[in-house]
Amino acid sequence: MVSFILKRIASGISVLVAISFFTYCLLYFSSANIARNILGEYASQAQVQAKEIELGLHRPLLSRFFEWAGNAVQGDFGASWFTSEPVVSAITTRLPVTLTLVIVSIVCIAIIATLLGTAAAVKRGWIDRLVQGAAVVGDAIPDFVLAIVLVAVFAINLKIFPATSSISPDAGSAAWVASMTLPVIALLINGIASIAQQIRSAVIKQLEKDYVRTLRSRGIPEWEILFKHVLRSAAPAGLTVLSLKFVGMLGGVVIIEQIFALPGMGALAVQSTSQGDIPLVMGVVLYTVIIVIIVNLLVDLINGWLNPKVRVS
Amino acid sequence: MSMIQPAELVGQTGTVVRSHVVKKILKNPLGLASVIVIVFMIALAVLANVLAPFDPNFANIGKTLAGGDTVNLLGTDSVGRDVWSRLVFGARTTLLSALLCAAVAIVIGLPSGLVAGYYAGKFDGVANWVVNVLMALPGIIVLLTVRAALGPSVWISMVAFGILMAPGYFRLTRTAVQSVRNELYVDAARVAGLGDTAIISRHIFSVVRAPIIIQTAVICGVAIAIQSGLEFLGLGDPSVATWGVMLNEGFKNIYLSPLLLLWPALAIGLTIGALVLLGNAIRDALEDAEKIKAPRRGSGTAQETLAATRHLPGRTSPAAVEAGTEHHLVKVSHLGVGYPQADGSIKKVVDDVSFHVDRGEVLGIVGESGSGKSQTAFSILGLLPDSARIVAGSIQFDGKFTVAPTDDRVSQARLGGYRGKRISYIPQEPMSNLDPAFTIGYQLVTPMVRVLKISKAEARKRALKLLDDVGIRFPEKTFNAYPHEVSGGMAQRVLIAGAISCEPDLIIADEPTTALDVTVQADVLDLIRDLQKRLGVGVILVTHNFGVVADLCDRVAVMQNGRLVEDGDVREILRNPKDPYTQKLLGSMLEDKEPMTMLVSGGMGAAQAAARDDDPDAKEMAL
Repeated sequence: MVSFILKRIASGISVLVAISFFTYCLLYFSSANIARNILGEYASQAQVQAKEIELGLHRPLLSRFFEWAGNAVQGDFGASWFTSEPVVSAITTRLPVTLTLVIVSIVCIAIIATLLGTAAAVKRGWIDRLVQGAAVVGDAIPDFVLAIVLVAVFAINLKIFPATSSISPDAGSAAWVASMTLPVIALLINGIASIAQQIRSAVIKQLEKDYVRTLRSRGIPEWEILFKHVLRSAAPAGLTVLSLKFVGMLGGVVIIEQIFALPGMGALAVQSTSQGDIPLVMGVVLYTVIIVIIVNLLVDLINGWLNPKVRVS
Repeated sequence: MSMIQPAELVGQTGTVVRSHVVKKILKNPLGLASVIVIVFMIALAVLANVLAPFDPNFANIGKTLAGGDTVNLLGTDSVGRDVWSRLVFGARTTLLSALLCAAVAIVIGLPSGLVAGYYAGKFDGVANWVVNVLMALPGIIVLLTVRAALGPSVWISMVAFGILMAPGYFRLTRTAVQSVRNELYVDAARVAGLGDTAIISRHIFSVVRAPIIIQTAVICGVAIAIQSGLEFLGLGDPSVATWGVMLNEGFKNIYLSPLLLLWPALAIGLTIGALVLLGNAIRDALEDAEKIKAPRRGSGTAQETLAATRHLPGRTSPAAVEAGTEHHLVKVSHLGVGYPQADGSIKKVVDDVSFHVDRGEVLGIVGESGSGKSQTAFSILGLLPDSARIVAGSIQFDGKFTVAPTDDRVSQARLGGYRGKRISYIPQEPMSNLDPAFTIGYQLVTPMVRVLKISKAEARKRALKLLDDVGIRFPEKTFNAYPHEVSGGMAQRVLIAGAISCEPDLIIADEPTTALDVTVQADVLDLIRDLQKRLGVGVILVTHNFGVVADLCDRVAVMQNGRLVEDGDVREILRNPKDPYTQKLLGSMLEDKEPMTMLVSGGMGAAQAAARDDDPDAKEMAL
């Protein structure tokens, strides 16, 4: 088990290094006019050159990358070229907003989709048709289109929720919940629809297994068979899709945050990439990838815990 | 089109099958609707120059945010551009960019998947690592970075997104190729001297073609969503009319003219929805849809027809249960089991079957596969599949109906009180009948805790004793093992231990030795016989093997095509089979041996004793 975790961490680090280098190269080619952009139109050529030297823009790609990587390993991601705000603090003030949004959505999706998918598999009938129909509709409408519709209906026409909410986490929990509700719903629908579908087919597959019949023959109550045995075996399939959904959501949330004007990582990503603020972009990319790697590791661990066969190998 | 060509000409290329699939897709209402929407969108894109009255960027400053009229069908936006013209040209850009994305993903993913799957080795390792990297990347963040580096072009970001989507095709192709690579027909082609290229193009493309078409529909949908999303953020190229740019424009004017949002949102939703539905329709058409739909549909309509059949007078009147037979442990009377078909009819798998089992008696039900013997056994257990219906007859257990003459399903409420406690079950396939996620001990203890209401510690003690009773040499070790850690013979012993754990009156054993190694079969039969004698339980032994019947049973019932053809005392039937089918079965099973010799217990016993000395399970466990 320990060697399995170490192996996964090692492969995670190799992925991280590859992505950092690749992103750095990509950004290197976009940083031609960066000093001019930072100083503005009226700066003199000498000032621009001084700035370029200060930022190290004159140096070759590899030496710049290794300097950045050396600092990053020690936890120093530098400061934004435009605002001079340290990258770590810029990210840590915004990360909670994004993570709350994503984690609340994923947890809701996991719970609701499991209940719906299981009900559809066991009861069939109308609830099954509902889940199957919702899966198609959910797939058809992208999160952000749904978000726009929600804003138009609930925030602008009915005025139930705030349309935009540039509030900070300390603005009081009621305002916080109110401003998070619509974005979470926008992220939920699609996820519930597709994951409920996955859970449904996984549960149906498990219910047809021989061991379920044997458990019934032993007098084990139906609810116990369903929740202890069937769902446990069906969970890995659902978890895998859920982790893919999580990765997708870390990206998708960028648009959702823009629609609802939430001060999360999305705004930071859009702003830093459009300015070419290399330290900030690298910070955003690294944090995101680290989160993805941690989530994938967690999913592997949970799957190992659920399935003793995986645990052995 | 090649579809019209005669079948002889197209032969093995699969075109005939494909035209069949196309027909099936168009027959499916959702499939047809999705095809219509996609064709409509493609028509908009192709005919944009004809359909659009204005250039998409022509701005009439004098007429902004206007409603629809004869000049501007859908009105104008905030700078006076014609919404309809922009929508039509938007279709062109949006669809082309989605195709570009899918094309890039295919061009990268397909060949690399083919090579990785076919040749494996180092390339496979490297490719998989790259795939892991790509899959760890959140799409939008990457696209934002690409845009920062290479500019806000729709085409560049779609090429980048295509690269991100390539793993989907790579994995699909690789898995398909891996599964085909070792097939006999591919080996045969190689032996026949076909080169790798010929093998790949002839045998492997035919396997991956369908999944790739489905994947492409899905990827186009995702590409449209992500591209519109970026443009909606204002990160697209504002000089190109696309649905995403229109959404952005609409969102800015959401208070003034909400309709501006409606049209692009509708176009995006419809197109992506149609692509998703098309993917589903292709998949349904490729799978044998008929087979899957039949039982599910049956629940509604067929039940009514069933209810009607059950109430037909004289069909199954309660009088069918003979008076004075209540003392039998199990009494099956004129049982009929059927499965509703798609056309509303019912396919009978068990028809008018009657027999009984007394306490301490072993009844063998013999027949070849499909004879309805297992279905009969499962009716007694109440473990028929959901779609099964009792179409006639009744079942009594210990004098009480578990299936009353008018039931059309086995009552779970009535059987719940017996199952596990008084009726138990030994399955055929030992490995698949244990839950792989729980230890053997857990699976033995829980039923005792639930059924006998004893403490866990008490149940554990009994479970260890049971494991010892069924001849497992290291009960503690087996108790703590997971099912995949023991052999098949051992797992069957565990299942037998489970079956007797709650001291049942009746054990139903469904081919208990068929899935086992020949050397273990005799052991397990021995065990069942010993336990039956010691516990005095009634046993119904379902089997296709007359040897097993001769070895264990007191009485035998022979089934063929769902009907009982002969039943009676084992010796009687073995000595003097009346039904020609029984004679045939006996002839084939006992080959040229004299039936009588099978009944001499000394010979069998010696053979089993010899087999037991060579107990592979115990050895395996001791290692």
